[in-house]
Amino acid sequence: MSDITQSGPVLAADGTPLKRSLARALRMQKLRALMLIAPLLLFILVTFILPVADMLFRSVENRIVQDTLPQTVEALADWDPASGQLPEEAVFAAMAADLQIAAREKTHTKVAKRLNYENPGVSSVFRKSGRKVSKWNLAADGPFREKLIEIDDGWGDVELWRTIKTYSGSVTSGYFLNAVDMQLGAEGPEIRPENERIYNTMLIRTMRMSLIITFSCILLGYPVAWILANLPARKANLLLILVLLPFWTSLLVRTSAWKILLQQQGVINDTLVWIGLVDDANRLVLINNELGTIIAMTHILLPFMILPMYSVMQTINPSYLRAAKSLGATDWTAFWRVYFPQTVPGIGAGSILVFILAVGYYITPALVGGTKGTFISNLIAYHISTSGNWGLGAALGAILLAVVLLLYWVYDKVVGIDNVKLG
Amino acid sequence: MTNYGEPALADASNVDAFVEFERVQKSYDGENLVVKDLNLTMPKGEFLTMLGPSGSGKTTCLMMLAGFETATHGDIRLDGTSINNIPPHKRGIGMVFQNYALFPHMTIAENLSFPLEVRKMGKSEREEKVKRALDMVEMGAFGGRRPAQLSGGQQQRIALARALVFEPELVLMDEPLGALDKQLREKMQFEITHLAHRLGITVVYVTHDQTEALTMSDRVAVFDDGRIQQIAPPDQLYESPENSFVAQFIGENNTLEGTIKEIKGDRALVQLDDGELIDCKPVNVSRPGERTRVSIRPERVEYNKSRLREGVHTLKAEVLEFIYMGDIFRTRLRVAGNDEFIIKTRNAPDQVRLQPGQQIEIGWLPEDCRALDA
Repeated sequence: MSDITQSGPVLAADGTPLKRSLARALRMQKLRALMLIAPLLLFILVTFILPVADMLFRSVENRIVQDTLPQTVEALADWDPASGQLPEEAVFAAMAADLQIAAREKTHTKVAKRLNYENPGVSSVFRKSGRKVSKWNLAADGPFREKLIEIDDGWGDVELWRTIKTYSGSVTSGYFLNAVDMQLGAEGPEIRPENERIYNTMLIRTMRMSLIITFSCILLGYPVAWILANLPARKANLLLILVLLPFWTSLLVRTSAWKILLQQQGVINDTLVWIGLVDDANRLVLINNELGTIIAMTHILLPFMILPMYSVMQTINPSYLRAAKSLGATDWTAFWRVYFPQTVPGIGAGSILVFILAVGYYITPALVGGTKGTFISNLIAYHISTSGNWGLGAALGAILLAVVLLLYWVYDKVVGIDNVKLG
Repeated sequence: MTNYGEPALADASNVDAFVEFERVQKSYDGENLVVKDLNLTMPKGEFLTMLGPSGSGKTTCLMMLAGFETATHGDIRLDGTSINNIPPHKRGIGMVFQNYALFPHMTIAENLSFPLEVRKMGKSEREEKVKRALDMVEMGAFGGRRPAQLSGGQQQRIALARALVFEPELVLMDEPLGALDKQLREKMQFEITHLAHRLGITVVYVTHDQTEALTMSDRVAVFDDGRIQQIAPPDQLYESPENSFVAQFIGENNTLEGTIKEIKGDRALVQLDDGELIDCKPVNVSRPGERTRVSIRPERVEYNKSRLREGVHTLKAEVLEFIYMGDIFRTRLRVAGNDEFIIKTRNAPDQVRLQPGQQIEIGWLPEDCRALDA
């Protein structure tokens, strides 16, 4: 028997320290628990965590310039773009040599595409030159400065060489700057010209509309959750099925249904015209704009607001309201001072869910948003699948992730994440 | 005001009526009456307990008085004014709930301050009253805590203080001690009655615990089947139940079934089903030939022949079980075919301890044996 009054670590019956003894006893249990979750863990690692990490890495990765034009990058090291002078002959010779190899391996178009993101027009210079340079004899055909400029005037532009030099590092902040409407100019980061700005507007629009959607969900969902929580169980379950019904219908079907309802020749406009509230010539524009996105997404995300609120309200004993009234509070005071504060965790949980889902929403804004009601995720999708600029898409995604995490942190500071009940 | 436990209160109807129920009925579904024709008059300062099994209508009555349920028919009056159409928050009635209903998001002081705030009382006055109320229940140091940080008994005290802090004249309590353990419950029973009498408030107390009802109340209203079966001070209720429901419900009780043979004044001769004859006091039986259920308290049964009065009928009994309970002995007998006949005797030096299988003769004073409805 171990003596309680002894000094030093407590010993088990066989003399080993109790802590080690306990750890050994629990090891089997922990191992078994780990084995149970291992398949899911592996699945998530392969299909979710690794791809996300890869995409985040792509937002700064920039090896292509270095890998394709190694001699040029080295030769450019001594050149000062601020001088306004074209680089020396050695640089052009290095470029000709790099291009020859690149053209043979057909990688010159890739580097051209990369540089074209930063300096539109570069792509055609590279494509045009690639074919011709491959026929040159590098030892005899010099000097290359004039010959390259002869193929394309672009080689005579200092800006082109500056772009190559600026983006010759193996990591770049270019994608991220691009994602916030900035670029690397001669004197470091600078704001893009007004006609090229788009991403900040999109980000702010996404945040603003997600907030509007979240508040609409609170306003519409709160009374429903209240009724659900205060009805007898049998009726409440029936109504709950109605709330959950949208979950069992395809998202595309629901969004398309909104198209039918909201379009100018749609059900709502037809009805309003028939009643006479709206003139036939001035049918309301309810779709392909912000309003359309807000209406459709509020409807789609409403269950995510109602369910957490309902589960919180269910736990609030009706005797609290009775107590408040017996103490002299009017119906409104009893609700506002006693009932509402107790439902805040539910509102918080619902708001986080709806807001985070809304910020990343893609299908619904794409279908009913037109050009004015699309979200940042639509742009990300565009860059990933259409323009092929994965780096920019990844940077936008990373910014979105960071903003959501930041908001989550702020929320935790203000409301406290412990106050959130998801059910 | 503090005619504590005096029978006079039982007859105090219409004198200084403070709370009145007149022909009150309540139905939830339009088919069944939960409360059937309730008439009740309470003077100011009385501690009245509504006692009854669950579903007997006692809580519904309390809720009607508080204003959370509306009477289907009849009139409820408070201090002479009908309150049927006054919403709960204007009735000025304090209430203690079964689960205390302390607001979990407020501190104890905020909980107590709430009824004063909604009455638009000034800050300094509020603080003073809250302090006084907390001191009254000996919880002065707990103002800054949250309800979840208190034990059940402490929450109970706070709930009581909150119901009293705005100085209502009438306080309703809905099984307030139901969630406490036995020892704490007994202590709180004591404290609540003392507080009520000291402050001179009128209390309507609902419980299904008869001990609680007997020890705390000035009067007890026994509810069953939507009606008040009997309303009387505790001692009368126990010693003179007016019908067999009350006799069964309050305290331990032995019943024997039989038929009235004859009634002479306050004596009735009852023939039990196995043919034996006993003397009783007729309560709600009127004519010979009527079926009756005879009620006798276990501690009023006598088996020591020397203590039995001359000339009364005795019954043969067989001892089935002897249970030693410390302060008393509890003996189970078979009497007139009833195997559940209990007698209780004090553990005194000269007391005989009966042995199972022993044949004895038992008897009682005719006035302790009440012939009630069958």
